Amino acid sequence: MPFIPHTEEDVLAMLSSIGVDSVDALFDEIPAELRARGLEGVPDGMNEMQVARLMGERAEADGTYLNFIGAGAYEHHIPAAVWQLATRGEFYSSYTPYQAEASQGTLQLIYEYQTMMASLTGLDVTNASLYEGASALAEAVLMAVRAHKGARRVLVPRTVDPRWRDVVRSIVRNQGIELTELPYDLESGRLAPDALKNVQWDAHAALIIAQPNFFGTLELVDELTDSAHEHGLLVIAVVNPTALALLKAPGTWGAKGADIAVGDGQPLGIPLSGGGPYFGFLACRQALVRQMPGRIVGRTLDVDGRVGYTLTLQAREQHIRRSKATSNICTNQGLMVTAATIYMALVGPEGLKEVAYASHANAMRLVELLVEIDGVEPAFDTPAFHEFVVRFERPADAVLQALRAEGILGGFHLAPWYPELGSALIVCATETKSAADLERYAKTMARILSKAPSRARRVINRKP
Amino acid sequence: MLIFELSRPGRRNRAQIPTVEQKTPAIPASFLRQDQPLLPEVSELDAVRHYTALSQKNFSIDTHFYPLGSCTMKYNPRGANAAAMLPQFLARHPDAPDDTGQGFLACLYDLQEMLKAVTGMTAVSLAPMAGAQGEFAGVAMIRAYHDSRGDTSRNEILVPDAAHGTNPATAVMCGYSVREIPTDVEGNVDMAALRAAVGPHTAGLMLTNPSTLGVFEKNILDIQRIVHDAGGLLYYDGANLNAILGTVKPGDMGFDAIHINLHKTFSTPHGGGGPGAGPVGVNAKLAPFLPLPIVDKANNRYRLLKEEDLPQSIGRMGAHLGNVGVLLRAYAYARMLGGSGMRRVGEFATLNANYLMTELRKAGFEVAFPGRRASHEFIVTLKRLKADTGVTAMDVAKRLLDKGFHAPTTYFPQLVPECLLIEPSETESKQTLDAFVRAMKTILEEAHAQPETVKTAPHTTPVRRLDDVKAARELDLRWTRPTAG
Repeated sequence: MPFIPHTEEDVLAMLSSIGVDSVDALFDEIPAELRARGLEGVPDGMNEMQVARLMGERAEADGTYLNFIGAGAYEHHIPAAVWQLATRGEFYSSYTPYQAEASQGTLQLIYEYQTMMASLTGLDVTNASLYEGASALAEAVLMAVRAHKGARRVLVPRTVDPRWRDVVRSIVRNQGIELTELPYDLESGRLAPDALKNVQWDAHAALIIAQPNFFGTLELVDELTDSAHEHGLLVIAVVNPTALALLKAPGTWGAKGADIAVGDGQPLGIPLSGGGPYFGFLACRQALVRQMPGRIVGRTLDVDGRVGYTLTLQAREQHIRRSKATSNICTNQGLMVTAATIYMALVGPEGLKEVAYASHANAMRLVELLVEIDGVEPAFDTPAFHEFVVRFERPADAVLQALRAEGILGGFHLAPWYPELGSALIVCATETKSAADLERYAKTMARILSKAPSRARRVINRKP
Repeated sequence: MLIFELSRPGRRNRAQIPTVEQKTPAIPASFLRQDQPLLPEVSELDAVRHYTALSQKNFSIDTHFYPLGSCTMKYNPRGANAAAMLPQFLARHPDAPDDTGQGFLACLYDLQEMLKAVTGMTAVSLAPMAGAQGEFAGVAMIRAYHDSRGDTSRNEILVPDAAHGTNPATAVMCGYSVREIPTDVEGNVDMAALRAAVGPHTAGLMLTNPSTLGVFEKNILDIQRIVHDAGGLLYYDGANLNAILGTVKPGDMGFDAIHINLHKTFSTPHGGGGPGAGPVGVNAKLAPFLPLPIVDKANNRYRLLKEEDLPQSIGRMGAHLGNVGVLLRAYAYARMLGGSGMRRVGEFATLNANYLMTELRKAGFEVAFPGRRASHEFIVTLKRLKADTGVTAMDVAKRLLDKGFHAPTTYFPQLVPECLLIEPSETESKQTLDAFVRAMKTILEEAHAQPETVKTAPHTTPVRRLDDVKAARELDLRWTRPTAG
């Protein structure tokens, strides 16, 4: 019996103590017509060796690729110590630190995490994390609407990841909150200069600004922040934590700084793992702390005057406030935050900045190599962080498929979300790519594009 | 000591710093950060030692019996962790095409199929990243269903007063008002109150069964009839599925939508508070509204369903596929159990709970529902002990830490005074349960003989009772560098 320790003798002694003659008798309060007759569709059990073999073979068959996809999830080096420590049983198999005295390890670690994230974002406070970036943005939108106490619409540029916009809509829709989308400039790949001109300011609670944006390009965050604040809106920053070692922190945008910053913490030591688990971070100004969703850890003293850590401001939360809670959220992404905190401690301020530099430098080198190829052009003329958009004369999906046959995942196909960009990819390079990797990508691309160019397609896929 | 207090300016961990030749970014200065973020400057050894020492300040399943009611703290098999951390799975980018991940998608598809089989539901989506998000998806689907029929006057969700706080909080997030239904003396939903509450305004009922009171809701078939007759739908909170895994299928009880906490019933690690996973299952009525993505299989190929495949979907719960690593662990666990192993989970979780309840009664403790069978958990009430000695449920919980046991859930459900909600899970042996009973018996004796020892517990943990009022009043949520002098 996998993971059940009972001997026959134990079972008999236990049943006799209870005063029943079979385990089945313990289910006698359940109406007979509800008792399941079997579990058709569930295969027979296997031992660990067999499961390891089954999943090992499936993983093997999937193979490995040289990856240049970013688009919100980034391949970075993860120091070996990160997951060796995070999977220690004391972190891995504990639960939410309700009993603070028995959970000081997790609680102090979250306090350290909160310190690191507050500093990276340049804001006063953060919570103990949310599920992932997109749903963290939805929570930020709900927070902003609560804090604004009037408008129930939020401004969102189309340069914010389209999937994130979809997630926000799914989560806030039923509370009567809507998004107003703002256009971007086709030349620069950032929010259009006149996008804010015709905005009905008093109908909106907040402006969302992504830095870098979904295309990898940099928005004019100072001007945008000031405009929003002048009109009484809150500013929600969407940021990449690696980029924060290099780029201005949201708390310093414009004259007053962004009010809330969110993002996906995955770049900080979390493997890509097919899409999760990651974690979302959420930081804000002190004045908004009681509007924050999720767990928060505070430092306090014990009865002997020793420093200790505990969950605090629980009066916001569902297990206390029930229908009046700030969110239904219960857990954070504890283990992911454990890994991210260890990651940040291992790389330090200098290391994180070097990771950001190296990623940026590799991306800039790669775009140089690619645009030298006939049939490839840069889509935008704006500074970028570690990804960029390139446009092709050939259909991008065919290019991707040809690259894949050579063992390369060439980028994220934009056409389904941004048809106006024509045949375009977002390409990302991080510090994990060597000069040889970049060369290999560019050479393979050149070879693919030199084959069978089609005149007809050239016309169809012209830049709009 | 905090990691920041170990930090020394200029100390670097060179092994973790990439080599960069070009150090001038192609980014104008106005975009760049001027200050250095407050991250520690420590050696790799400093960091490893610090976080190892921190881990040792935690109670965990791997170190202690952890009978936290309603949380199903059972052994998290290491084999499941190893299978989820295969290098190809870890390296997979979420936007990599489906045809580069057929093995990976096969695991997730098989998991969907097994969850359908054990819950008796028609279709499953693995997208929700926690139980609370599963609840959100479930209630949002109920709303989408009513809306799709033009039935827009339903504005109320019914929730038993013993329910988890996430239930009412979720209903509000979905734009509903909440009406609480009282519980009768036997721990069942008060049927007269339910009959009086339902009507054309009822969108649905959220129910946990077995309930948070640790008993099976005997009238479930009548409840579902009453709600369905009024045009409402039923949502099953799968928090307590471990009790009936393989024995009763929520679909057979008449539920229209459910979520399953994989971090409970399918033994994925709780990780100090997440990540979890809360897949949702539905019957045919709600299938068109499931959250995306869903893994589909056709012509022996697996692919992720998108908006065009399921146009009425309530949408996406996150940017990607959900907490995939958790799903893979659950899959490995489910394959190790197989159908008969799953059934034994429910049986032995129930055996352990009933045995522990019996032994604690024999040791002099009062249980909340003495006339009922325990499900996989049960409630001890210390109302009488408090009246006699002044020792509260919280005191007993803290004293258990001194005895080397994690405390049960305290003061939940709120309607039982001075309560401990105790869930032993099936992976604990009789010997561990007996040791717990001995510890509880000792505490009971201490409460009468030397109540101060219990009231001031814990005495052996890294810190003793913390000042929660100070923590909330004088908020200190991050460390700041002490100013010189």
